[in-house]
Amino acid sequence: MYQLLLLRYGELGLKGKNKNIFIHKLQKNIENALRDLPPRKVVSTWGRIMVPLQDDMESVIERLQKVFGIYSMSPVLQVEKSLTGLQQGALTILKEVLPHGGTFKVETRRADKNFPMLSPDISLQVANYLFDQIDDRYDADLHHPQKTIHLEIRDEGAYVYGDTIAGAKGMPVGTGSKAVVLLSGGIDSPVAFWYGLKRGVDITAVHFHSFPFTSERAKEKVVDLCKEMAKWHCHAVKLYTVHFTEIQKEIRALCPENYGITIMRRMMFRIAQKIAQKEEALAIYTGESVGQVASQTLESMYCIGEVTDMPVLRPLVGMDKEEIMEIAHKIGTYDISIRPYEDCCTIFLPTFPKIRPKREEARDMEKALPIEQLIEEALAKTEVLFIQEDKRVY
Amino acid sequence: MVIYFDNSATTQVSEKAAAKALEVMRQNYGNPSSLYSLGLAAEKIVQDAREKAALAIGAQAEEIYFTGCGTESNNWAFKGLAEANRKGKKNHLVITAIEHPAILQTAKALENHGYQVSVVMPQKDGRMKASDLLAKVKEETLLVSCMHVNNETGVIQPIAEIGCALAALSHKVYFHVDAVQSFAKLPIDVKKNKIDFLSASGHKIHAPKGIGLLYVKKGVRILPLLNGGGQEKGMRSGTENVPGIAAFGVAIAEALAQRKIRMQGMQAVCEALCTGLQKEQIEFYSNSQMDENGVPYILNLSFPGAPAEVLLHYLEQDGICVSAGSACSSRKDIFSHVLQAMDLPKERLASSLRFSFSGSNTVEEAQIVAKSLAKAVREIRGLRMK
Repeated sequence: MYQLLLLRYGELGLKGKNKNIFIHKLQKNIENALRDLPPRKVVSTWGRIMVPLQDDMESVIERLQKVFGIYSMSPVLQVEKSLTGLQQGALTILKEVLPHGGTFKVETRRADKNFPMLSPDISLQVANYLFDQIDDRYDADLHHPQKTIHLEIRDEGAYVYGDTIAGAKGMPVGTGSKAVVLLSGGIDSPVAFWYGLKRGVDITAVHFHSFPFTSERAKEKVVDLCKEMAKWHCHAVKLYTVHFTEIQKEIRALCPENYGITIMRRMMFRIAQKIAQKEEALAIYTGESVGQVASQTLESMYCIGEVTDMPVLRPLVGMDKEEIMEIAHKIGTYDISIRPYEDCCTIFLPTFPKIRPKREEARDMEKALPIEQLIEEALAKTEVLFIQEDKRVY
Repeated sequence: MVIYFDNSATTQVSEKAAAKALEVMRQNYGNPSSLYSLGLAAEKIVQDAREKAALAIGAQAEEIYFTGCGTESNNWAFKGLAEANRKGKKNHLVITAIEHPAILQTAKALENHGYQVSVVMPQKDGRMKASDLLAKVKEETLLVSCMHVNNETGVIQPIAEIGCALAALSHKVYFHVDAVQSFAKLPIDVKKNKIDFLSASGHKIHAPKGIGLLYVKKGVRILPLLNGGGQEKGMRSGTENVPGIAAFGVAIAEALAQRKIRMQGMQAVCEALCTGLQKEQIEFYSNSQMDENGVPYILNLSFPGAPAEVLLHYLEQDGICVSAGSACSSRKDIFSHVLQAMDLPKERLASSLRFSFSGSNTVEEAQIVAKSLAKAVREIRGLRMK
């Protein structure tokens, strides 16, 4: 029944001169998110974005709820630009948004000053009409109504809407420069990925795999996570899969066991930085949270972070596992993350990992490793994939 | 080149079976229920396969019902019998701890419907003792189920002894045999062994996936799982999988005709693998029975110090397909329930591989696998033991 979807972009309004760039990006992202649906013209007007619906409201909303930068959405009914048109439209909307009764108010915005009535009069006439048509399950409440019936009269037509659906909020992806994320396949790193996208950052994923010590399915898992992230990204996700096996073996052979994880993470950050530089990215995202495992103590972060001068961003730093899991469920990655294929083989896990590693000790132990050569070899065997979400067919 | 040593997981469809399926799909595509001759031709194809299947286990054709898979057959035997005996007082089942999940989980499902289930442990060698099972049988026992050949170890279970002992009891206890790993490979005689139900599956013997069968002894009443158009004498409704059934028939005939030669070939492959590993002088343990209590086409070995899944992926790099008895996980140990029931030490549980052969595997393949395996085991142990 609705012809339009009205989108609001809350925070964007604050961005002054850059506003147009942001809106343009958002509009592009919206078009991209809807590209598997019949084509339509997305218009930016009156400080909002309008998306025409073609009897596909559920599909459109499902996609747009994953587009960052949209604050909220309202399905809109276009009506005849007359009092009767507004009255009938308001009744339809009221019955749709409050099918079993409730409290409401009517609000009018008259942008077309040629319309022969003033806003308060329109609201009153429409409300009177509504009360003639409805029973006593409905009541007016001007201060805390359950629903507000909005009437808008513009040059190009008259519109009625009453429902507001929350958007993903945040900033449009692509407005916030580039970064890489270390994506393991576990529960945390996809959530960190998502938080990066949420603030508009264009994220490239870096995964370390060590076949034959881990299964091909562990890599498949990461690909599937990227498919999920592609929905939020509005574009294909670029994924680097770094062949990490030789480095794992060398660390195992040449470094003390208890520093295995510390040195492994230092190698990962070195490689991530190289990839970031290539991608012209400015930061490294990780799913670390303080104290979660041995490699995530502050001492470990201090020791591991030494190898890169890029900002290491850890959006989950203050979160508990439960909070992280809740978001993972919400963003659709949890069920993929819990598939039983690990990204690190038990063989490489020390029995007693160093909980408080020291920079000097790590540096000392790494002297045994041909670091630059190992990194170069790993990068040479690195694959780059562009991962789209699965084509959805309707 | 791929060396496929995972024939207990599934097999390559034989050329003749595949050709038959194609022929049925393209030429004799009629519905056996249709009254015109195209339907009749399809019905004849199904009947022909039924006779071949019956021949493989010493049954009559009318005692064979085609199903979708071995799992369905197992489910049907348990649930169909339980349903048919709903008004009776019998509410007890006896199964072994080494059954396939299709039995273990079905028994569990019946537990939720008021059944008591006795799960009997094997001996350390993986073989069930008939007397241990019989000791659990009581007045209320409705069904005893024991697999013929264990899918992980290849150990042959004493089904003849169990069947005959149950038949000698003064009250009727039904006997089900999951023969998915032995059907058309080992001789089975359902009459002599007093078997009431027997499950088998096509894709383990070079027929396609999606076809299985259940033998139900004439006179034994069970209810169908699927109701509908009354196919399979009303016992398994749903249009027959004619291409699958036809191919199953062909695969059975081939298996029976070549039984001896295939068995000899697999015996040689199995021995070559063991000899090869001994020659390489790496430490390994067999979790299978190399004598008359085991089949030569399933060999379960442990390589302590080398996690099974890592070994599996090492072999995969050389194009070798095998199964692992455990999954690699840092969070918890996921070990085979069969090997656990045999009370093997943890190091053997964590490092067990299953090699399963078909008639087309060769001694050369076994020698290549032995070399590749020895190399992998040495390298992985080296990482561990430094």
